[in-house]
Amino acid sequence: MSSANILLIWPENPAIAILLWVFISVVILYMARRPAHHAIRSLSRVIHNAMRIAARSVMLVRNKVEDRNKEVLLAAGEDAVERLIEQEFHRVEAVVTRDLSGYPSLQRALKDQITCIDEDYRESGEVPPSPPGWDKAVEAVAKIRSTGDTMVVNILEEINKSFNKQQKIAISEYRKVSGERHSLLKKMMPYWRKMVNTLDDVEKTISGLLERSRVIDNKMDQYEQIRAGTDKAMRMLSSSSLTQFFIACFVLLIAIGGAVINFNLIALPMSEMVGGSSYIGPYRTSDVAAMVIILVEVAMGLFLIESLRITRLFPIIGSMDDKMRTRMLWITFSILFILASVESSLAYMRDQIAADMQALRQSLAEVTITEPIRGNWIPTAGQMVMGFILPFALTFVAIPLESFINSSRTVLGVLVVGFLRVVAFALRFAGNLALSIGDMMANIYDLIIFAPLWVEGLIRNKAEKPEISSVEKEVIS
Amino acid sequence: MRNIIKITLLIILVSCTDTTSHSRGVYMLMDTSGTYTNEISKAQSIINYLLAALQPGDTLSVARVDSASFSEKDIIAKVTFDGRPSVANEQKRKFREKVKAFAKSVKGSAYTDISGGMLQAVEYLNEAGPGEKTILIFSDLKEEIKKGHVRDFPIQLTGFRVVALNVTKLRSDNINPKEYIDRLDNWKKIVTSGGGTWKVINDLDRLDKILEH
Repeated sequence: MSSANILLIWPENPAIAILLWVFISVVILYMARRPAHHAIRSLSRVIHNAMRIAARSVMLVRNKVEDRNKEVLLAAGEDAVERLIEQEFHRVEAVVTRDLSGYPSLQRALKDQITCIDEDYRESGEVPPSPPGWDKAVEAVAKIRSTGDTMVVNILEEINKSFNKQQKIAISEYRKVSGERHSLLKKMMPYWRKMVNTLDDVEKTISGLLERSRVIDNKMDQYEQIRAGTDKAMRMLSSSSLTQFFIACFVLLIAIGGAVINFNLIALPMSEMVGGSSYIGPYRTSDVAAMVIILVEVAMGLFLIESLRITRLFPIIGSMDDKMRTRMLWITFSILFILASVESSLAYMRDQIAADMQALRQSLAEVTITEPIRGNWIPTAGQMVMGFILPFALTFVAIPLESFINSSRTVLGVLVVGFLRVVAFALRFAGNLALSIGDMMANIYDLIIFAPLWVEGLIRNKAEKPEISSVEKEVIS
Repeated sequence: MRNIIKITLLIILVSCTDTTSHSRGVYMLMDTSGTYTNEISKAQSIINYLLAALQPGDTLSVARVDSASFSEKDIIAKVTFDGRPSVANEQKRKFREKVKAFAKSVKGSAYTDISGGMLQAVEYLNEAGPGEKTILIFSDLKEEIKKGHVRDFPIQLTGFRVVALNVTKLRSDNINPKEYIDRLDNWKKIVTSGGGTWKVINDLDRLDKILEH
């Protein structure tokens, strides 16, 4: 008897046998209903709790990461604002050193000018006419009655003549003195102009300083907000960081493009120097050498920009004393200059090799060798200039690189927080799903054994009904 | 930080100790028997293509197939290109001139010892040690061995690619094409049983397939 036949209790009638098995299964399932429900619910609850605990742990980690992000963001913001304030103070210092340091001499000049003006002004003052001592005599003469006496008439005419003469002399004297005064006042004019210009310059300097002080005030407000860790500061820093990240990425992509072009310029001629048949791993030695040259140029660029204190990627360089830093600046610049010159020469060599290869290919293909067209030096010169310029252009990669590194910490933190949030949600969802699935499985279990449950219900109802009726009877009685 | 340094050092060491040869070695056998000497201009075109396609560090050798080809004397020109492109270009020019001079003075041979030539090719390329080894057979593949010469033994061709070029149909093939098919099948069997790979290129406009894997 095969195993299939063993299962078939009634081999002649398999349908009845199957029904019999179903019946037996249902009875067994009915008998095991309570422990089965218990097992299903326990399992689902265990899964649910495990998921909830895991979600809680993830949320705790997320909170920690969020706190760390906040710290990083605030520290970065603090540093950036500190740098800006520092720069503003440097500008103010420059203005003070440049303009206000000359204030004592300016004051002296102004004093001199004022003294000159004062002296001139005094000299130009109108001299009051000498008090007439003969007023009373004139008055007495005027009171003499005109009696027609010739002698009196003569005296009066003489007096009149003397008066007129004196008046003419006085007027000419007065005009002379007035002219002198006017010339003195005219001499004052350049002093006035000078003084006005000087005061205008002072006003400009002072208003510039006031503007700077307003900027510093704004930055100080920002700084205080960052120090206090306000939401406004957080929002501002976070959005600024994201913007910085995308801008830095864009500029870095451009720089990578430049580096690739640079690589193509020097890879072929490098094979002339280090040989084109040797390999380092799967890469040609000449390609690796070209790449190393470009990377060294980028590194020198980083040091150069760092020495200029434009970036702060290497604190050691930043903390060097000025003399050492200047030395480093010149050394890196010299190396960069030499490498740029080498690249320029390699670009020239590349052109020569390419032309030789072209000629060889034409001769191998038995094609008439074409004469070089006029102005053929233009691509050669262009390549040489590019070879010289690109290393210096790559120097400025340091600035977007610093932005990228600084902002990527924040962006990475935000991404990690987002990821942890999704994980926590997924864990919670899975836990709740497990609980619901447990309930659903218990219900499905009951559905399979609905027949005995239905019978059980009927019996229970029958058993409960007489009890209720007897109670009712008691209530009625 | 220490781990990063360790990994970097490991990568550098692994990279530096990579001894795989990346160069290519090509040995071309040129049939000079009977009427096949008329096809010499086609062979020159193929050599010119190879000179243009091969890079510094690669090896190229051209040998004739005559009555007894298992000999260094049959090598017309051989060169391993210098690593510097300018020197390699000069070598290529000289190589072309040698082949040109040979094409002018070529005389037909009475017998066609392809197996001997192939043995010579295997020996030469194994000695040169390039990363990729290719034997080109510019012939109608009709082998005629001089009486007394023994060539009925297997040739070890593991790691070799054998490409038959311009396998022309003989007059007898036109009468019975099965002869041509059998000839190709026979050579394929010899090559594959020796561990090599076999390819036939009759259309010389598709020369780029020669060095393709």
